Amino acid sequence: MNQDQIVALLAVTVVTGTPLIFAAIGELLAERSGVLNLGVEGMMLVGAVSGFAVAAVTGNPWLAVLGAMAAGGALAAGHALLTVTLGTEQVTTGLSLALFGTGLSAFLGKPFIGIPNPVPFRPVPLPGLAHLPILGPVFFQQDLLVYTSYVFIILAWWWIYRTRPGLHLRACGESPETADAMGVDVTVMRYGAVIVGGALAGLGGGYLSLAYTPAWTENMTAGLGWIAIALVIFSTWNPLRLLGGAYLFGAADALGFRVQLLGVETSSILLRMLPYLFTLVVLVLINAVRRHSPVPRALGRPYFREE
Amino acid sequence: MAGAAPFPEWLEVVAIRGGAGMAALAVGAIFLAATGHDPWRAYREMMIGALGSPFAIEQTIIKAIPLMLTGLGVALAFTMGLWNIGAEGQLVAGALAASWLALTASLPTLVMLPGLILLGAAGGAAWAFIPAVLKTFVGVNEIISTLMLNYIALLWVDYMVFGSWADPTAFSFPYSRPFPPQAHFPVLLGDIHIGLVLALIAALLLAGLLQRTHWGYEIRTIGASLPAARYAGMRVRRNVLLVMAASGALAGLAGVGEVSGVIHRIQQGISPGYGFTAIIVAWVARLNPWAVILVAVLFAALLNGGFVIQTAGVPAAIAYMIQALVLFLVLASEHLLRRVRRRRALSQTRAALQVGR
Repeated sequence: MNQDQIVALLAVTVVTGTPLIFAAIGELLAERSGVLNLGVEGMMLVGAVSGFAVAAVTGNPWLAVLGAMAAGGALAAGHALLTVTLGTEQVTTGLSLALFGTGLSAFLGKPFIGIPNPVPFRPVPLPGLAHLPILGPVFFQQDLLVYTSYVFIILAWWWIYRTRPGLHLRACGESPETADAMGVDVTVMRYGAVIVGGALAGLGGGYLSLAYTPAWTENMTAGLGWIAIALVIFSTWNPLRLLGGAYLFGAADALGFRVQLLGVETSSILLRMLPYLFTLVVLVLINAVRRHSPVPRALGRPYFREE
Repeated sequence: MAGAAPFPEWLEVVAIRGGAGMAALAVGAIFLAATGHDPWRAYREMMIGALGSPFAIEQTIIKAIPLMLTGLGVALAFTMGLWNIGAEGQLVAGALAASWLALTASLPTLVMLPGLILLGAAGGAAWAFIPAVLKTFVGVNEIISTLMLNYIALLWVDYMVFGSWADPTAFSFPYSRPFPPQAHFPVLLGDIHIGLVLALIAALLLAGLLQRTHWGYEIRTIGASLPAARYAGMRVRRNVLLVMAASGALAGLAGVGEVSGVIHRIQQGISPGYGFTAIIVAWVARLNPWAVILVAVLFAALLNGGFVIQTAGVPAAIAYMIQALVLFLVLASEHLLRRVRRRRALSQTRAALQVGR
């Protein structure tokens, strides 16, 4: 591999990591508020198909982004209604959401199969930064959604750790009783986090159909939603570590598709197993290394004031 | 306590499920209408396609067999509080193991058939054993690990059918050479294969195991309360390994049924998501083995109806949407009832305290 090839591979890594960043920040927000939402895969798929549909119908890429986010958020609102208001078991509810989203996306997406996206996001080199050696082509010759993901990571970190509402969010996930005593409306906070989280998952899915592929194919997430959930565990619920993790997973995914282009003789099918194997190995490693996982303590536990 | 229920518990359970099914169909109808289909006609066609003729019923039962077996496997794991979301991958692993025997060994039928069944169950069990080991000895959450293994198993099928098992006469179609006749499951009636018998025996054994044996009691106790089970000296780790393996073995049997009983080869997409639908089946059936058999038939009818209306231009995915909605609505209504009752009980207690003062 020469340097150009490495740089090209890294640039693809950033692109492959981007949908994971969006979806995983979304899940991180929800989990920080104390709600586990296993529906990421479904919300991503519905986001992907809705974004694509809006792009195909309106021809406006930014409306498409909004459409993807609205669809993901709407699905997440269903999860919030059940888990926060009714106190259902979060794992089962999330699973049913994942399955519903998968079915819904296939249902809605039927007419859009095989149509190219009329307005895909294309790389827009950032003036100045794009010509930095190595960093330029890797990070700053990407599409606008990739740049958005950088901003979101920093925003999420700043909001969670440096603002009062962020503190309240963490309190809801650690000890809703304390948050309640502090005057935080736990229900509102959890609804907000879950819905915003869903919107971000929708955006992650939308990235696939609006920029990455850019077309709609059934089940195009191929497990990215589940990998995003694993990524949140890997990140120890910290957005900055999530960034590194997303690119690590992105690299595993990119390798799967690119190794052959680099002239290595391997089966492409076996290489496509890489991201899943990698996720397994990472989960094993973090469990083997880490004694105490910093899971939000109230994760998965419904909160009702009177009981 | 919430006071006497207005009617017996089992009736409430059935009523909630019936209501959820109706409501899910209603929501499905809204989606159908919104996308320019006539919901009434679509549902009628689905009904006819699923149950309207002996052939339709036969096809529905054939699709119910893998749902029964995976549903039973998932229900067993869930009873112990193990989130086995990997029935799809375990089904595929069972199909792969059976296909290996069918495609590489030339054996008489009497050896081949038991061999396929044993090897298929072992394949599924082995695939489920991986996350079980990772959970017991490393502490890896089984939800993600079983899911990742689904994708790996599915890609493994691709690898085999495009590789050494490829059918040389099929050009590059994603399927293997056909199985020899010795590796075909015997049929009972029409095309309904003996997988149905396996599923019913499995339900019988599982119901007996859970309700009548000490091991079943352990499984239920661990599922109900892990600390209580530990306190009682139950060997949780050993049970995680055993129950996951048994759960995977059932899914593996479903895989054997598909390759040996239905398509007589292995191919890409041997399962239209049976292992995922199984999760819904198990929950809607409240993890009860006999109820799993019943719900599996109903859901298979829905799936089969979905396949049939594809020809009329309605996406088959409508069936998957409705199935997931049923679970969603069952969860919602059960918890709504529970909350309403708890509220009522609380206010009654308060009222009683007021009077006492």
